[in-house]
Amino acid sequence: MSLLEIRNVAKSFGAIRAVNGISLTVGAGEVIGLMGDNGAGKSTMVKLIAGNFPPTEGEIMVDGKTCHFHKPIEARAQGIEVVYQDLALADNLTAAQNVFLGRELKKRVGPFLILDKQAMIDRSAALFAELQSETRPRDLVRKMSGGQRQAVAIARTRLANAKLVLMDEPTAAISVRQVAQVLALIERMKAKGVSVMLISHRMPDVFAVCDRIVVMRRGSKVADKQTAQTSPEEITGLITGAIRAA
Amino acid sequence: MQPDTAVSIPERPVQPDGVLHSAADHAHIADVAQLRESTLLRAVLTSQPFWVTIALLILVVVMSLTEPSFASVDNVANITRNFAPFGIMALGMTIVIITGGIDLSVGSVMGLVSIVAGLFLTWGHSWVVAFAMGFLTGILCGAVNGFFVAYVGMPSFVVTLGMLAIARSLAVVFSGNQMLYKFGPSAPTVKAIGQFKWPLREASGGWAPEWMPEFSGQFWAMLALGALVGAVFIFSAWARHLFAIGGNENAARLTGVPVNRIKWQAFVFCSFCASLAALLMLGYNGSAINAMGTGYELRVIAATVIGGAELLGGAGTAFGAIIGSALLEVIRNALLMAGIDSNWQGAFVGAFIVLAVLLGMQSGGKSIFANLWDRLKTLGK
Repeated sequence: MSLLEIRNVAKSFGAIRAVNGISLTVGAGEVIGLMGDNGAGKSTMVKLIAGNFPPTEGEIMVDGKTCHFHKPIEARAQGIEVVYQDLALADNLTAAQNVFLGRELKKRVGPFLILDKQAMIDRSAALFAELQSETRPRDLVRKMSGGQRQAVAIARTRLANAKLVLMDEPTAAISVRQVAQVLALIERMKAKGVSVMLISHRMPDVFAVCDRIVVMRRGSKVADKQTAQTSPEEITGLITGAIRAA
Repeated sequence: MQPDTAVSIPERPVQPDGVLHSAADHAHIADVAQLRESTLLRAVLTSQPFWVTIALLILVVVMSLTEPSFASVDNVANITRNFAPFGIMALGMTIVIITGGIDLSVGSVMGLVSIVAGLFLTWGHSWVVAFAMGFLTGILCGAVNGFFVAYVGMPSFVVTLGMLAIARSLAVVFSGNQMLYKFGPSAPTVKAIGQFKWPLREASGGWAPEWMPEFSGQFWAMLALGALVGAVFIFSAWARHLFAIGGNENAARLTGVPVNRIKWQAFVFCSFCASLAALLMLGYNGSAINAMGTGYELRVIAATVIGGAELLGGAGTAFGAIIGSALLEVIRNALLMAGIDSNWQGAFVGAFIVLAVLLGMQSGGKSIFANLWDRLKTLGK
């Protein structure tokens, strides 16, 4: 049984059909690359899985159970976490504060329920160590490099022991060295048995870490191939439409 | 497709050991990037409230040396009473400003609250009813502000500018443009609340020694509220969400923070603070005028910004709100004592606002002068 199974999912916004009957499976510990040109429907696909809105048609199944997500928090309850393209970090807070944002640990002191800062710092430090990141819990996110920010956003997904992490363009706006860090983070998540769906434009990154590559064009799936059995040339052809399907 | 084409793909350097972990060959990141964890000492030294406190202390010392009456017990009681309403309102304003909003209506809300409470007193109701109606009116103003900002999504500048006009107009209408001072049976209690002092000196029937100022009730109310807000900032998840909203509202929303509710609460609290200040001033004056609080919004915002709150949101402290209000009042008092024409006050206060923000600018861990130098160099290119 696959971790995530999508059956004939479609999504329309008024007259626009953004996603048109897509079926897809993600196994446990599998890293999948989702590729496609701008407007191919990748973002809509991510939002469907992440629970931002329900599909117009079709089914999304997690661990064999059909799910109807209306809010991201519902998808999160099923172990699906998203690392957004802008990372959704508050610059003015520290790494630990960002990791626990919205789900702070608290402790009881007399009649009050107050923040358990030390526990949050310790837990974040453990998560960063697990991700082998040099990020420190008390550092302000504002002063961090792109790779460190990614580590904070990924640590957030590890907090709830996510089964599937969707990463939207994690390597789009960072330096070469940081790209290597982020790809290493993905490898480590995979080693922990976490499935990753990597949405990216960057061919080399996808080929470096993904087991399987799914290509979308104009709302439809045009390819779903093992990375070892395809090539950047073929994928490029599929994305642009030079190769119709594979 | 031939399997060997996959082999020809240039491999990304995904060797974490080569990149990340050869601590022996690589300098520690902190040495390179000047990244330092935000330690307590560093946090204090780079904080604007700290430098504003230093400025305040210098001003107080200089004034005490040059003007003996400045440090007199009566003047200290006077100054602390004068800035207390501003400190109270600045606490509320700080919370709104942390979310990235602004509340221009606090002055008008004061006027409306004092007229509503004054009317109920004039009609012979007890002070409990009058004050409760006053608070209710103020909180309603805040709830309306908050509704349009948080749930409708309008800019707070526009919404509260509207409330500034509406609340003042209502105050004038409700009062019939009269001063209200015939407060009925509750008048003595109201006055006692507004003019409460502690500790009393022996001359006023208390125990305090001659050198101790008789601090006003307003001042104690401000300190209590300041301690409360400070504790909330340090210990509560609510305050952390407040800062997150100011830093990145979208991020806060995506992580499940109830952004709309918290923004609404911020405006309600800000108006609550304005109501508290209005009722304390009403009691002190023993009368209600619809012009109460006119122009106060600017002084409150100035105090908040001087105290280190970031107008773009995401930064601010309870201590800063109070110290900023104190600095403005001490400047005002010092100018009066120095015999400078009171018309000059605006110019001095304005200059201090700019100066305080300038001194507090230590973005990126660099001093203001280093930043200024960098900026001049880039301009020259």
